[in-house]
Amino acid sequence: MKELTAAPSYNDDLEDDRYRLRLYVTGATPNSARAIVNLKDFCETHLKDNYELEIIDVYQQPLIAQADQVIAIPMLIKLSPMPLRRLIGDMSDKDKIFRGLSLTAG
Amino acid sequence: MAKEIKKGKQDIARLPKTLTGIPGLDDITGGGLPTGRPTLICGEAGCGKTLLAIQFIVKGALNYDEPGVFVAFEEKADELAMNVASLGFDLDQLQKDKLLKLDYVHIDRTEIEETGEYDLEGLFIRIGYAIDSIGAKRVVLDTIENLFGGLSNQSILRAELRRLFQWLKTKGVTAVITGERGDGNSLTRQGLEEYVSDCVILLDHRVINQISTRRLRIIKYRGSIHGTNEYPFMIDEDGISVLPVTALKLNKEASAERISSGIPALDKMLGDKGFYKGNSILVSGTAGTGKTSVAASFANHACSEKKRCLYFAFEESPKQIVRNMRSISLNLQQWVDKGLLQFHASRPTLYGLEQHLVSMHKMIKEFKPDVVIFDPITNLISVGSVSDVKSMLTRLIDFLLDEQITVMFTALSLNTVINEQTDEGVSSLVDTWVMVRYIEYNGERNRGVYIMKSRGMQHSNQVREFVISDRGIDLVDVYLGPNGVLIGSAREAQMLQELTDRVLHKNTVNMKDRELDRKRKMLESKIASLRTEFETTEEELNRINIEEELVKKVTDENRVELVKRRKGEQ
Repeated sequence: MKELTAAPSYNDDLEDDRYRLRLYVTGATPNSARAIVNLKDFCETHLKDNYELEIIDVYQQPLIAQADQVIAIPMLIKLSPMPLRRLIGDMSDKDKIFRGLSLTAG
Repeated sequence: MAKEIKKGKQDIARLPKTLTGIPGLDDITGGGLPTGRPTLICGEAGCGKTLLAIQFIVKGALNYDEPGVFVAFEEKADELAMNVASLGFDLDQLQKDKLLKLDYVHIDRTEIEETGEYDLEGLFIRIGYAIDSIGAKRVVLDTIENLFGGLSNQSILRAELRRLFQWLKTKGVTAVITGERGDGNSLTRQGLEEYVSDCVILLDHRVINQISTRRLRIIKYRGSIHGTNEYPFMIDEDGISVLPVTALKLNKEASAERISSGIPALDKMLGDKGFYKGNSILVSGTAGTGKTSVAASFANHACSEKKRCLYFAFEESPKQIVRNMRSISLNLQQWVDKGLLQFHASRPTLYGLEQHLVSMHKMIKEFKPDVVIFDPITNLISVGSVSDVKSMLTRLIDFLLDEQITVMFTALSLNTVINEQTDEGVSSLVDTWVMVRYIEYNGERNRGVYIMKSRGMQHSNQVREFVISDRGIDLVDVYLGPNGVLIGSAREAQMLQELTDRVLHKNTVNMKDRELDRKRKMLESKIASLRTEFETTEEELNRINIEEELVKKVTDENRVELVKRRKGEQ
């Protein structure tokens, strides 16, 4: 299950302020399902047209889990802008997401 | 072992066990860790948990054909590989051979933001994938408690860990989980022992009198009997080895084979043949009595018979011993060069007693000697109490007896009075006790040797004088005369005196013989003259008798003639 909300482009010429996010989930478990819904909602509200979200099912690609040090699920990795950050949980705590993505609320 | 267990399982449902391949640990656990169940190994920092775990995996992969997964929460895979490379474990090669899978789990609280409910399914998937990719039978989670440092939601973590251990059981892998010892009474900081309850092993690293000793104890082992004591273990270039603790049962083989002590006269004292093979011999004596010389002679003789000899020296360096023994014409270097003799010199204070014991065990197992010499055991007392030393020596003797190795200890007795008990109290343990002591007499000191005891053989009760010369060691009978025991130059003087006496005596005897001869001759001549006299008398008597008979005859004839004549005339 790989769902791409934006173009899966990994080119270097992307603008710096463009958010590249990768969400690791485990199939359709409640936490994962909630996280997808919450995150999509959050991105559409706060990062409209300024983000790429890649959703990876760890069951399908266990090797990537190892490479990216996935332990807790669901986990969101902010690949850019730097610094790299990891957010775990079902993305229900919006304040934490703001902090994790270095955004200011509102 | 594994086969035995399988067989046992068919008979009665016995707990299947997985061999760890760690020397000694499999003996204590009665066959290894519980198969298909998690085992917790806990202990303080630096006590060898990770090493034990990696050894479990590597030995499993190499010796028992059981691939393993090592999940490291502390060290990175390449760091770990480098750390254990010194033990001769080539983790990279094992990974290439699909016998090992290393997975480094990194978690850093500073880059993690917790935004709600989560689980550790990611970890499960990784471990599961690693297990399935190589068909692993063994799994190690090296300090899983590091997760608690990276994630803050304790209740989720605890629930997930419980689930993880259950899940490992369903996977059928034998797991080893390491955990750092917590404060107070808890075995691990996060109380992992609550979740892993099948087998718990505690490692300990204690420093007593500035000497460190590592110990291992099995705190629990469900469904199995196990040794409950604290067992010393050591970490050396081959990894961990736990002292195989023999149960001190007295059911040893007894060999009738004899082995010479290398000193012919001493063999003579020991029923003419020397020691029994596999026996323990104690040579005790005061300083400078030549204990090392006795030991070296024994070693030298053993080597000359192509026997292998291991010499543990606690006082002198091998070079010193070789040099010093040259002065009594023992060339030990030739045996060293031929590989028959191996010295191992170390200061007793190098490590604790138990560590000594383990290292001795190891060396003996490796070298497979026929003869082992400890010179001297007295020095060990500097690293342990008397009872410690005694218990250690008991185990050592026991082990050597098991291996049918003849062992010679030398011990320094501090008091010059004959003491029935050595300082180490091992005299009751040994089979043969040779005592060398100084006998001070007539302004000089000389060495006397006794056999205090020697089990199972006719042995001399005599004190022999022990002479060390440039030709080697020899024993001479001490002089037991009307003036008591004479030794040294007094004995020499006495022997000279005796020689003189003998010559004089011989002379006297000769004179007496001659006198007797003369007397005999005189008597004989007397007898001859008497006999001549007797013959003369006898002849005289005979002559008279004949004359009488002649007279009678003539008279009778005359009478008849007379009668005839008278008749004719008438």
